[in-house]
Amino acid sequence: MATIAQAVRMALHMGEAHLGVTDVFGEDVGPPLGGVFTATQGLKTAWNTPLDERGIIGAAMGLALAGCNPVCEIQFCDYAFNTIDLLKLCGNTFWASAGQWNVPMTMMTPVGAGIHGSLYHSHSFDGQATRIPGWKIVMPSNPRDAYGMLLTAMADPNPVMVLLPKALMRAKAEAPYEVIPGEPDDARELRKRIDAPIGDRTGWVPDWPDTELDMIAFGKARTLREGTDLTVVTYGRLARVAMRVADQLTDEGISAEIIDLRSLHPYDWDAIVASTRKTGRVLFLNEDTEVTNFGEHLIRRCCDELFGELRVAPRLHAGEHVPGVGLAETLEYASVPTADSVRKAIVELAEAPEVGRSMRDQPRIVRRQPTIDVTIDARELQASVLSEYAFGGRHR
Amino acid sequence: MTDMTPHVSPEERPSPRGSTAQLPREELIRIHDLMIEGRLLEERLIRMQRQGEAYFWIGGPGEEAFNTCLGLLADKGQGLDHDYFHLHYRSSATLLALGGKSIDALRQMHNTVTDPHSRGRNFCGHFSVREWNLVPITSPIEVQYSVAIGTGLAQARQGGKGITIVQGGDAGSAEGDFASCLVWASRPMQPLPMLIIVANNQWGISTAASGQHGEKYISDRGKAFGMKTMTCNGNDPETAYFAIQEAMDYVRTERRPLVLECFLSRLYGHSSSSGANYVEEEPDCIKLIADKLDQRGWRSHEETKKLTEAKEAEMTEWYKQVLTEPKPDASEVHMFTFAERNHVGGEA
Repeated sequence: MATIAQAVRMALHMGEAHLGVTDVFGEDVGPPLGGVFTATQGLKTAWNTPLDERGIIGAAMGLALAGCNPVCEIQFCDYAFNTIDLLKLCGNTFWASAGQWNVPMTMMTPVGAGIHGSLYHSHSFDGQATRIPGWKIVMPSNPRDAYGMLLTAMADPNPVMVLLPKALMRAKAEAPYEVIPGEPDDARELRKRIDAPIGDRTGWVPDWPDTELDMIAFGKARTLREGTDLTVVTYGRLARVAMRVADQLTDEGISAEIIDLRSLHPYDWDAIVASTRKTGRVLFLNEDTEVTNFGEHLIRRCCDELFGELRVAPRLHAGEHVPGVGLAETLEYASVPTADSVRKAIVELAEAPEVGRSMRDQPRIVRRQPTIDVTIDARELQASVLSEYAFGGRHR
Repeated sequence: MTDMTPHVSPEERPSPRGSTAQLPREELIRIHDLMIEGRLLEERLIRMQRQGEAYFWIGGPGEEAFNTCLGLLADKGQGLDHDYFHLHYRSSATLLALGGKSIDALRQMHNTVTDPHSRGRNFCGHFSVREWNLVPITSPIEVQYSVAIGTGLAQARQGGKGITIVQGGDAGSAEGDFASCLVWASRPMQPLPMLIIVANNQWGISTAASGQHGEKYISDRGKAFGMKTMTCNGNDPETAYFAIQEAMDYVRTERRPLVLECFLSRLYGHSSSSGANYVEEEPDCIKLIADKLDQRGWRSHEETKKLTEAKEAEMTEWYKQVLTEPKPDASEVHMFTFAERNHVGGEA
C-alpha cells in the first residue's frame, strides 16, 4: 500500500513508460536523492537542475513548446512565488497565440502546513494558482487521487499544476477507493521494490509494480461522506481532517457531508450545488490565507446562484491573514485550520439560526426603460482616457 | 537628472567586424529591400496609432539592419531540426526576412480577427508563427531568456544543426532570466546550442544604460560562464551579417552557447507612450545602407527613392485592406483558454 510520495513516483514511472514523459526535473529531483520527499526516486528521466525556480519553469515551458512532455518540480511552493509571471505566461500562451502554441507541461509542488515548516515550508498556493487562468489545478488528498490525477496531468495538452499536501506525503490509503489499482497490498513489499536503498544507490533499479494506467478525470469532486445537516467543501490535507471531525460529530447528532473537491480548476460546481441544495448550509475549508481565498470565490458563486436555497450564510474557514506560518506549534496552530478549529466551525454552522429565506416568492423589481440616451461610445471613452494617461507598462 | 551619456561611447563600440568584407550585390540589395519594407511598416504602425486606428505602438525602427540579417541567416522551419526563435517586440524586420507579411503585422496593430499571430489579442510586434518555430513574443522583456532554455535543451539532445535563438535588449539583461539563461546554457553536463543576442540600444524606456550597467559589455557576462562572446555594429548590415553568420556557425557546429551583443539605434523612442518621434541624433541604418549602395553604384539614391515610394503605395493598399477587416467577436473571449489537442506534440 503506497504513500502519496510513492504514488507520485509510480505515476511518473507510468508517465515515462506510457505517456511520453520526457523529463522529470527540478532541484534534487534526480539521483542520488530523488526528491526531498523521495517522490522521484528511480525514474529514468529524472535530473537535477540549478537552484533556479525561474529557470525550471522556463525550461519546462520551452521543452513543452519543443514537443516534449516535461514534469517539473518546485521543491516547495513557497519558492514558486518568484515564478508567478512565468506561470502567467504559461497560462496565456495558447490564448495569446490564438490556438497555435499549447503548453503541455506538468508542474508539481508540495504545499501547505503541518510539518512545522516555518515561514518558507508551510505556505499554500491554491490562492495564487487559481488566480492564473489557463492552468488546470489539482490537489489530491490520498495516494489514489495523487496517482490518477498526475497521470491525467501528464496526458493533458495544457499546463497542469499538481499541488501536493506535504503533510500527507507519507499518508497511505484509508479507504478502498484510495488504493491504487495493481499496487501491492503489503507496504513493506512495495518499499523494498521501489524505495531507493540507504547508502550507495549506484546500480539500483526499482522493480515497478504492475499498476494500471487508470486516470482520474479533472473537475470531478468526491463525496467522502454523505450527510444531511451541512456541507463541507474542502481539499488536500484538510479533507482528512474534516472527515475525522465529521465522524466524531455524528455522535453529537450533526450529520456533515464532506466533499473533496480534488480539482480546483476546473472544479465540480455541480457537486457543490447538489450538496448545498440538500443541506442549505455550506462551509468552505482550506488552509490558504483568508483574504482573496479561493473559497471566497466559491462563496460568491453560492450567493449569486444559490442564495434563495441557503439556510444560513455560506462560510469560509481558512488560514489567518498573517505574513507567515510560525515555527512554534502554538503559532502554527493559530495560523491554519486544525481539527479543533474545524470542529468549531462545523458546529457553529450547524447551530447557526436559519436566516435565509426563499426569494422566489418575493415581488420582482421591474426596471423601466431609460428616458434619455445613456449609450456610451466606448471608443471615444477609451481615446479620452488614453490621451490623459499615456500607456506605460513594462516596455523598454 | 537623466544621464544622457551613452554607456559605451561611439569610440568604444566595436569597429565594424570584417569591415572590408562585402556581401554580393544581390544579397545586399535583398537586405535593403527588406529593410525598407520593415521601416515603412513601423512608420505605418506609428501613424495608425496616431490616427486612432490602434491603441499602442511599440516596435523596432533602428533594428532593421541586424534583424533582417538574423532572419535571412536563420534556418526557418518547424520542429527540432530547425531554429527556434525567442524574439522581442522590436523584431518586425526579422519576421519579414523570414517571409512574414507586413499586412499581418498591420492586422495585429488594428487587432482584427484576421491577425494570424494573436487574432486581435496582443499588441503589435507580438508575433507568433508555429510553422517557423517562432514562439509567441511577449510584453515582458526578459521571460524569453528563461523559456529559450527549454527549446535549447530539446535541441541539445536532438543534435543536428537546429539552434535556439533568443533576443532581448540591454535593459532586459538586468533581469534574472538573463542570468538564468547563462547558467543553464553553460551547464558542464549539457551545454546548449543557443545564440543569445543582446540588442543594445543603450536605453530602457527613458533610462540610460550608462547609469544602470556597470559592465562595459553585457556580452562579457558570458565569459564568466566560459562562453564565446562577440560584439558587433548592428547598424551596418554587412557587419551584422558576418557577425551573425560567424556566431550561428559556431553554435550550430560546436553545439555550445554564444553571446552576441549588437549595438544599434532606437530611432523612434521607446513606444507611442514616449511620442514615437524620429531621433535625429542616432545613426539610421536605412540611410547608411542607402549611402553604401549608392557609393558602390549598386543602387542609386534615386532608385532607392522610387523603390520606397512603390513599397509605400503597396503598404497603403494593405493598410486600407486591414481597415475593412472585422474585429474579433466578443464571444471569442473564452476561445483558446484550453487546448483540446496537443498541437505542439504533433496532433493535427
